[in-house]
Amino acid sequence: MDGNQHLLADRTPGVEEHESTASVLSYTVGVGLAIVATIASFVVAQTNLLWGPGIPVGLIVLALAQIGVHLVFFLHLGSGPDDTNNILALAFGVLVVFLVIAGSIWIIANLNGNMMPMSMH
Amino acid sequence: MTVTAVEARPREFARERRGGPAPTRVVVAYGFWIFILSDIVMFSALFAAYAVLSGNTAGGPTGAELFNLRNVFLMTMFLLLSSYTCGLGMLSAEQRKGDRFRVFAAFTFVLGAAFLFLEISEFAGMIGKGAGPSRSAFLSAFFTLVGMHGAHVTAGLLWLVYMTAQVIAKGLRPAVLRRLLCFSLFWHALDIVWIGVMTLVYLMGVQ
Repeated sequence: MDGNQHLLADRTPGVEEHESTASVLSYTVGVGLAIVATIASFVVAQTNLLWGPGIPVGLIVLALAQIGVHLVFFLHLGSGPDDTNNILALAFGVLVVFLVIAGSIWIIANLNGNMMPMSMH
Repeated sequence: MTVTAVEARPREFARERRGGPAPTRVVVAYGFWIFILSDIVMFSALFAAYAVLSGNTAGGPTGAELFNLRNVFLMTMFLLLSSYTCGLGMLSAEQRKGDRFRVFAAFTFVLGAAFLFLEISEFAGMIGKGAGPSRSAFLSAFFTLVGMHGAHVTAGLLWLVYMTAQVIAKGLRPAVLRRLLCFSLFWHALDIVWIGVMTLVYLMGVQ
């Protein structure tokens, strides 16, 4: 009962031997870069390394960089032919996420600006 | 020269396949990727609610008073390292090394459980201080967003136990490997959502 017999028994026309693009090296590089980005985020948030009003921008840039590292080194999104559909779906997902978050913040900020002044404030 | 020749072979193979049916593995991963993206769209609504409500503390405690960044840093590291061990476990499963897979699955479970333990004790501490989800709109949004992520981690841990049992009972055959692939995609995606939580909720919340 070795693994290869299993493999042959389960073979259907759509199933073929899979060449993994992942490696211990790529996971290790990925986790190293992610740890560096995380530490950088915490340092930026708690020190005066960045100019005060620029801290949120710096944090967002670091978060996006870390998300990129995760997508490439952990989820193995690449430019190969098998990944085209995945990348297109991701692009659409990013568009929807952007519309929901940016749209909500924009609309509610606008509503707040047009509120009648309340005595509580 | 020989190295590039060896590397070129799978790519040529992929090009030849164009026009034929895609391998089951690619189709399954694509379908699960669509699910993950829709899950992330759901999270984006919770992120939007938090971003809109984070200032509405109703005279209650603010994020800067409640959040403990040391705790958050530890949680981030636990989740990140569990993603790493999950990836290494996936790699050992693909190489049909069942023993190594079980070791990495155990590491992944312990690190994920440590993350969850810190999160639950943080929630319990906040509720004990009277800063529960009913205190203010800010805290309702906080508990919904972070709690939803925690619920996903809990589901992931149950799934990991179930998958390990499948590997032991059925062996590392292609169908089990595809389920493992879906689990690893899910677990890595949870880490991506956590980067958003860590940055938007905690690091910006203490500014």
